[in-house]
Amino acid sequence: MAFLHAATGSHSGPKSELKSKSWTPYLLLAPGLIWLVTFFIFPILSLASTSTMVRPEGAQIGTYVQELRFANYIDAFQANQEQYIRSFVYAAIATLLALAIAYPLAYMIAFKSGKYRNILLVMVVAPFFTSFLLRTVAWTQILGDEGPIVSTLKLLPFVGDSMRLTSTPFAVVSGLTYNFLPFMTLPLYASLERIDPRTLEAAGDLYANGFTTFRKVTVPLSMPGVVAGTLLTFIPAAGDYVNAAILGSPSTKMIGNVIESRFFAVVDYPTAAALSFTLMATILILVTLYIRRSGTDELV
Amino acid sequence: MAGQKVALDTGDLVLNRVSKYYGDFCAVDDLSLTVPDGSFFALLGPSGCGKTTTLRMIAGLEEPTQGTINIGETDITTQKPYRRNVNTVFQNYALFPHLTIFENIAFGLRRRGIKEVKNEVMAALELVELAHLAERKPGQLSGGQQQRIAVARAIVNRPEVLLLDEPLGALDLKLRRQMQIELKRIQMEIGITFIHVTHDQEEAMTMADTIAVMNQGKIEQMGSATELYEAPKTAFVANFLGQCNLIKAKVQSRTGGKAVVSAKGHTFEIPLSRVSTESDSVLLGVRPEKLRLDDSGTNSIKDCIVTDRSFVGTSTQYLLKTPWDLELIAFEQNDEGLHDLHVGDKVSVEWDPEHTFGLDGSQDINAGADLDEEE
Repeated sequence: MAFLHAATGSHSGPKSELKSKSWTPYLLLAPGLIWLVTFFIFPILSLASTSTMVRPEGAQIGTYVQELRFANYIDAFQANQEQYIRSFVYAAIATLLALAIAYPLAYMIAFKSGKYRNILLVMVVAPFFTSFLLRTVAWTQILGDEGPIVSTLKLLPFVGDSMRLTSTPFAVVSGLTYNFLPFMTLPLYASLERIDPRTLEAAGDLYANGFTTFRKVTVPLSMPGVVAGTLLTFIPAAGDYVNAAILGSPSTKMIGNVIESRFFAVVDYPTAAALSFTLMATILILVTLYIRRSGTDELV
Repeated sequence: MAGQKVALDTGDLVLNRVSKYYGDFCAVDDLSLTVPDGSFFALLGPSGCGKTTTLRMIAGLEEPTQGTINIGETDITTQKPYRRNVNTVFQNYALFPHLTIFENIAFGLRRRGIKEVKNEVMAALELVELAHLAERKPGQLSGGQQQRIAVARAIVNRPEVLLLDEPLGALDLKLRRQMQIELKRIQMEIGITFIHVTHDQEEAMTMADTIAVMNQGKIEQMGSATELYEAPKTAFVANFLGQCNLIKAKVQSRTGGKAVVSAKGHTFEIPLSRVSTESDSVLLGVRPEKLRLDDSGTNSIKDCIVTDRSFVGTSTQYLLKTPWDLELIAFEQNDEGLHDLHVGDKVSVEWDPEHTFGLDGSQDINAGADLDEEE
């Protein structure tokens, strides 16, 4: 907080300086702090407490008492292992797909778009102008049995008439990839755009051909964007339930769908809370390992 | 102009009738140039004169619209930059921020498949006296250190030609002086051709064996610093290198090894060898430090008026106005022969014919003046 002191103390007298020194940082922190305590810390604590509750014998549905039963976690995990693992697999595939699609796109916008750069950037964020839910519903039309993709594919000789795309893992992963693509593209663009084109020229000057320059200079220098983009895609994708609910079937359920149905359909609050915490903890561990591995901290 | 011959058995760099157009804009206009192997060559000119474009064509970062570029017998005109034995020290160094200093310097060697790089990298680092920084990242170095690393990264590859694109532009004055000496030392030590692009005439004069002054895509004049300064061939060169007094005059006669010219009722003599035009209309030129505040010589102007004086330590600089309202600059050494003149004083100036030169009179008398400081 030293910089805050310096900024506030510079133009006030010694007395008021003392006062502003002690209060200004806290005043600045207050709105965010109050907001987070009310809408994040408090619900988290409440969730944590719910996760170890037990429904007393013969009590009404939705009535739970605190018994600090940590075995809830084991039960919840064992009962939903399949969906749990599936979530991470789907999220990982969607993240890799998004990276494969977004990298060339971001590269093109950063280095080759010329005067169209701003238009292209607006197009990247344009999907945000309509609702996430609506866009996902639109995908059921696109992938539907009578939709353009399926009817085109059916023209091919080796595609059978029974072929369908909705309610398949393909549909869910496609939806995830599509919905989180801008979160991948924008950080990638930001880090590619920051690369000094002269370092690329320098690589060429130092006997690296185009591909080697890309591998040895462009990719390492864009790593902060790759890390940020994959995190911003993977984290929400792992917890997502909208895509699996709208585009999937019972056999493509993700952990988000289980949590949702435990909370709202079955009214099994402890299991839902325990699953939420397990999900959070797993993501946190994966992210920490990932950031350590990629070693980008000194680049950022 | 020099440079038409094609070198055969040397590593001379030869540009033969090279032009570069961007759409309709001509950046480099039919330029021919020979840089002898092992020389320190400067391309000097104001911004936009085409010097950087020329450098980039030699590096392979731009392709000439017309003409050819050779190193020795090899035609490198369309060779990819990563195939030619030319390395560049970029204007803002363009070091790789993600690599250590060691790996930055090893980059070129590794790309050419050399596995044992340690000795060569360390030797390059020692040449620039920064061996102790090998494990740092570029971001941890000062501007001057980064500059030297950029030089080491280029010369470790033993290129046939080293290109330097305004390499000292980002440094402060004191560091720049130091690096000028440093670069000169490195060039002498390794003996490869250096081509140095700069807009700073003092830098070019201090460092280069040969200077080519460029203007609007063409070479105005090429030669040693002394030649360019003492015997400029165009008004642009006269004004761009240092300061110069130019007087519009008419040739009266060309006999006995000297030309007699007249301007506003005064006659002046110029050795014929120093007149670079056949035309009768000439610009008579003389450098400010060659003017003496006296009226005894062959070439003299009486009744000038002092309009400004400034004391600059080693000399006093006077602005004078001739009877026909032309402004002249005169520098006088601050030694025993000092005239202590003040604004409004009347004074005569004179100079030796052998310090006078004659240029073609159809040129803009102010060409190249006030251009030498780039922002």
